[in-house]
Amino acid sequence: MKRKIETPTAPTVAQGHNYADEGVRATGEGVRATRDSFDSELAQHKVSGPVPYRFELERRDFFKLMGCGLVVGIAVRNGAAQESGRAGGQNRESMPEDIAPWIHIAETGEVTVYTGKVEVGQNQRTALTQQVAEELHVAPESISMLMGDTDLTPYDAGTFGSRTTPQMGTQLRKVSALARETLITLAAQRMNAGKSDKLTAENGVVRNPATGKKITYGELTHGQKLVKVASGDDDPPPLASPAEWRVAGKPMLKIDGRAFVTGEHEYTVDQSLPEMLVGKVLRPPAFRSTLTSLDDSEAKQIAGVTVVRDGNFVGVTAPDLPTAEKALKALKAEWKTEQQITESELFSYLKEHPEQGRSGGGEGGGGGGNAYTVGSIEKARADGAKTFESSYTIAYIQHAPLEPRAALAHWTDGKVQVWTGSQRPFAVKEELAQAFHIPQSSVRVVIPDTGSAYGGKHTGEAAIEAARLAKGADKPVKLIWTREEEFTWAYFRPAGVADVKSAVKSDGTITVWEFDNYNSGPAAIRTPYNIANQRIQFHPTEAPPLRQGSYRGLAATFNHFARESHMDEVARAIGMDPLQFRLKNLTDARLRAVFEAAAERFGWGKSQSTKERGFGIAGGYEKGGYMATCVEVALGGPEIQVRRVVVAWDCGPIVNPNGVRNQIMGAVVQGLGGALFETIHFDRGRVLNPHFEGYRMPRFSDTPEIEIVVLDRKEVPPFGAGETPIMGVAPAIANAVHAATGNRIRTMPMQKLV
Amino acid sequence: MKLLVNGTEHEVEVAPGEPLLWVLRNRLGLTGTKYGCGEGQCGACTVLLDGQAAKSCRVAASNAAGKKITTIEGLAPEGKLHVVQEAFLAEEAFQCGYCTPGMVMATVSLLRKTPNPSDAQIVEGMNGNLCRCGTYPRIIAAVRRAMGGKA
Repeated sequence: MKRKIETPTAPTVAQGHNYADEGVRATGEGVRATRDSFDSELAQHKVSGPVPYRFELERRDFFKLMGCGLVVGIAVRNGAAQESGRAGGQNRESMPEDIAPWIHIAETGEVTVYTGKVEVGQNQRTALTQQVAEELHVAPESISMLMGDTDLTPYDAGTFGSRTTPQMGTQLRKVSALARETLITLAAQRMNAGKSDKLTAENGVVRNPATGKKITYGELTHGQKLVKVASGDDDPPPLASPAEWRVAGKPMLKIDGRAFVTGEHEYTVDQSLPEMLVGKVLRPPAFRSTLTSLDDSEAKQIAGVTVVRDGNFVGVTAPDLPTAEKALKALKAEWKTEQQITESELFSYLKEHPEQGRSGGGEGGGGGGNAYTVGSIEKARADGAKTFESSYTIAYIQHAPLEPRAALAHWTDGKVQVWTGSQRPFAVKEELAQAFHIPQSSVRVVIPDTGSAYGGKHTGEAAIEAARLAKGADKPVKLIWTREEEFTWAYFRPAGVADVKSAVKSDGTITVWEFDNYNSGPAAIRTPYNIANQRIQFHPTEAPPLRQGSYRGLAATFNHFARESHMDEVARAIGMDPLQFRLKNLTDARLRAVFEAAAERFGWGKSQSTKERGFGIAGGYEKGGYMATCVEVALGGPEIQVRRVVVAWDCGPIVNPNGVRNQIMGAVVQGLGGALFETIHFDRGRVLNPHFEGYRMPRFSDTPEIEIVVLDRKEVPPFGAGETPIMGVAPAIANAVHAATGNRIRTMPMQKLV
Repeated sequence: MKLLVNGTEHEVEVAPGEPLLWVLRNRLGLTGTKYGCGEGQCGACTVLLDGQAAKSCRVAASNAAGKKITTIEGLAPEGKLHVVQEAFLAEEAFQCGYCTPGMVMATVSLLRKTPNPSDAQIVEGMNGNLCRCGTYPRIIAAVRRAMGGKA
């Protein structure tokens, strides 16, 4: 055993019973996320209804847990709850049950931030630290972030949808400013400062310029048990404007980067407990299979092996991996598998099996079957403008996070603690409570910083499996999915079809835009172009053949592929430059600005595409981020080679330019995979390529030269950068290929496995 | 069986055919070496065998007996980072960091064999290692930095 993990000494976390249908709406300045889009985001993860949690922590427990000091938080008002906090907020003697992230300033001056967000490589541990340092006026080194622990951190719906920067970042800046002002007030009392003295706080020290007296944050909180909770109605102290940022806004290296280059960081797969066993789960031969018989006699005879069967679930535990693998092989199971479709039927199936009642044209696709419409399509069609029609498809792909799903589960006295890699710790907690019919107070989920997710780790399969095995074996059990399991039993980015119809006048004005997305999803389905007559609709498929869920950027990638490809087709057909055509139909100043910035850096229009070298452009807007992408492809060889990519990016003021550039670069590289070669092949419920060998992903040799232009706008609120930069890659490549060859590729991926 | 890992000889019990990766992780507690695929396709499990990069998921532990095995934990034994680790840190050549130990070991091996690799040689030398977060340009910059060239 490498090291011990303390068994939980959990504070009292009572379960609330406030199951009211709480609304989710925008809070904070300039937060653009609407109830619609958040609900839709959740809907796309197939999570419906509010999670019935309330966080209650008695004041005395709070300080027992954290030690003396000052605790500062902001209560979330009923109806104003967003993903980071539940509604409620009665005035109580103890800590309110429903507060957004809080921070604790210890007697040593050390600051601990408690947030339900998690770190999956998107670098929020660092970016949030910068924002706390910015407003609390302390050095980043004095801050620790306690993230994603359902016993210790406030409720959070999950780390997804590029919401950490606009939501959690804003909340933390407010809490930090409040803490700073509270400390200044305390200092004024302590130092008997005059009313006119203007105390300042710098680097964890409050100073009275009138007297020269100083006192540190630690001295102020020494021996204290102070709680300051502002209600959501209070105006927080004013925040520094991004133009004034001193710590935020500057490139900062990952605060715990050293642990990653030394291999010391412990992911879920690296956790261990005394007497821990290894778990393995028996998988059916195909999806939608039911266990009809099991002979476990041979497996049971292997020393140290426990076989756990519970309905369709069968697994084994053993003292070590080779024994567990041997036991798994010794199980003789028979399964009955339902009839399922083959890959060749996929796209027609998706179109022909609509799910009733869920289609729509919103930012979310909700809307009871109604399309989003503007103007009148029929009238506009009668105008005699030139019409166009094309259809696009996208295959199922996998997130393929390098750390597969894994969990370590441990039961004590009917309570279970699980370490697992997930973007949604509180959802996993709920899943565990449901699976085992135990109260949520008996479940603790801890998320070690995770080996990536990309939208693929919203669920708790491995956590539930490990917990079931641990219960059966009565010992802690660690389960690490194999790559094959990850490829088969996780979920996929939805496949889909998009049909686009348009009408365009000879001067390049688009008069009609019809857009139907089947199954892939409603994210960014609306067009940012000014079009007088529109009909836009998302059509979900009933029982899609593969299990599907969110993926970095959701369907916005495919909707951009279809839209920006079609824009290019029309521009070429009417003989207009694709960039000019877009600008002609676009008034959004920020989107125009990124198009122009990308074009300028790329040298758009300076040289013409040839048969062997093509240039393409694409762009769009989603989740507060504006993106334009130019690519150069080379076509002399056996496959499409992307040589150069320029991305222009605007998500408002940049919190960490280093982190944002890393995200954009990573999104471009990852985007190449879905654009060019990633596909899940399947046949009647079986994944045919569940290994890296048969599933090509971008490698060093696929990586183009990448240039990033960041428009750091200080005058608007900050938004996230983890998702939207992926969206321009595929359409820009398709457009570049067309520019070179005249061949229009309307499928993602564009080239078959080579 | 005896295994010489990071300069220390270990007596370990090993199942027939058990991959070196799992012996390092599960029996010796050296978890810096990661499982990514078990097929030798991703390189997260890269270690050095007698100074040469090897994918430990595809090497039976018994075949590593008698060889000098170096894992990420053995690269900076005194707490002072190896020049390659320093370079990865300075370039922040990672996001989630799961591929990083393997990338670092592959870089050490590459630079040992080819102290001044061309861009093409870097790509060729590193192409067996996957970074799903897509930080390849930064990793290339880290390799260049580690070789003392321009970053």
